[in-house]
Amino acid sequence: MGMIGALVLAVCVSPAIAAPPKQKNLILATTTSTQDTGLLDVLIPLFEKRTGYFVKTIAVGSGQAMAMGQKGEADVLLVHSQEAEKKFIAEGYGISRRLVMHNDYIIVGPPGDPAGIRGTKTAAGAFKKIAAANAIFMSRGDNSGTHAKERAIWKNAGINPEGQKWYQQTGLGMGHTLAVSAEKKTYTLTDRGTYLALKKNLGLDILVEGDAILLNIYHVIEVNPARWPKVNAAGAKAFSDFMVSRQVQGIIKKFGVDKYGSPLFFPDAGKKEEKLGK
Amino acid sequence: MEIIVEGIRQAFYLLFTLDPEVLGITLLSLEVSGTATLISLLIGISVGTAVALTRFPGRQLVVSMINTGMGLPPVVVGLFVTIFLWRNGPLGDLEILYTPTAIVIAQAIIATPIVTGITLAAMQHLPKNLRLQILALGATRLQMIWILVKEAKLPLLAAVMAGFGSVISEVGASIMVGGNIKGYTRVLTTATVMETGKGNFDIAIALGVILFILCFMINAVLTQIQQKERPR
Repeated sequence: MGMIGALVLAVCVSPAIAAPPKQKNLILATTTSTQDTGLLDVLIPLFEKRTGYFVKTIAVGSGQAMAMGQKGEADVLLVHSQEAEKKFIAEGYGISRRLVMHNDYIIVGPPGDPAGIRGTKTAAGAFKKIAAANAIFMSRGDNSGTHAKERAIWKNAGINPEGQKWYQQTGLGMGHTLAVSAEKKTYTLTDRGTYLALKKNLGLDILVEGDAILLNIYHVIEVNPARWPKVNAAGAKAFSDFMVSRQVQGIIKKFGVDKYGSPLFFPDAGKKEEKLGK
Repeated sequence: MEIIVEGIRQAFYLLFTLDPEVLGITLLSLEVSGTATLISLLIGISVGTAVALTRFPGRQLVVSMINTGMGLPPVVVGLFVTIFLWRNGPLGDLEILYTPTAIVIAQAIIATPIVTGITLAAMQHLPKNLRLQILALGATRLQMIWILVKEAKLPLLAAVMAGFGSVISEVGASIMVGGNIKGYTRVLTTATVMETGKGNFDIAIALGVILFILCFMINAVLTQIQQKERPR
């Protein structure tokens, strides 16, 4: 630790040597779920060891991650917000978008289930029941991938929840939102990975799952260096290749099985997006 | 309730087993906030003394600004520092966003007005005649300032404690400009937020307890120095 301490001190004292070789730093902007589940704690050290890059993982919502990419403030993104990602690529901010893995969203709520949504076949149907019962729904409200998915479901249900008394927003990450939801005994939409990782402290049940719309798909996107010359294109490519490599896909497949009894993510590299969940 | 007990137990376990990750986080917090406090002391005591001992037009406004600055919201400071340090921002070529240096800068900006404000108040509180007396005894201006600083030691040490306390416990700016990167810019407060998000409440509490112990030890040392020889 002494050495790290000295290093940190050196970095603090002298801004001149603060930045290691220019292209060694790689900024990965990603969603809170990849950090909160602990997946990145496994993958990043492996990537750094293998390639020599130094990864600065900034865990924010998918919306903010893509905003960072749009400004050239990140090199590579690991995100899960389909429509926004397609727009990102179409507008030329990203140069490659590769399928990495998926899991699914689930609707969770108190075991008492005041709106009676347990076992509802579709997510939209469940949302309609929640709205009809005026049961409190806790939204991320932070432009994250999960929030985008939730809005898509409300749209499907033909309901505009904004401004309703029963519709509350935390503006926080998934872990925090689940904690608030558990405390206030409300419904919320979550990715399965974060839910499983946090389950022990929550006391929330899975009430609705399995609808096709609830698929949660993660892509890795390299930020377009033609737009922002400072982007570490080589590093981004290396990370993207790494995420879809056979070894990493194997790690993803097994991640969480020992701890939670089931995998948190399903590896999908090379598959067709349309074929997922079928 | 038992989660708090578990957290405290966990804190002591992590401390006594010298858990390398927690130790690294703790040392980094100390180094970053310590450096930031030192910088704020250099600027704050100089500026505070200068403003206290001089009269110039617009002085009232400057004092108001310093006093307002004492309540600068850390997250707003974090936002501005981030925008300045962005790669494509005005200071982007320094490449220091998401480094410990960036946290030091943000924290120094937060602590400086606090130190300045308390210094200013302390210096103004010294009896006016003291300055005249010192000068009459043949001291140079620099010598006079040094004596005044020594005379104001009690409140100035309070300034150190307030400055350090504000930055070591600060989370909004640190997470924005540091990015909470494992083993690099993760400090006690940002780690606490993250562990809470992960649902690891016991570890979050443990980190909180360690932060508290750290603050207590540092303040105990400073208080010791402060109270050793009470003037008059």
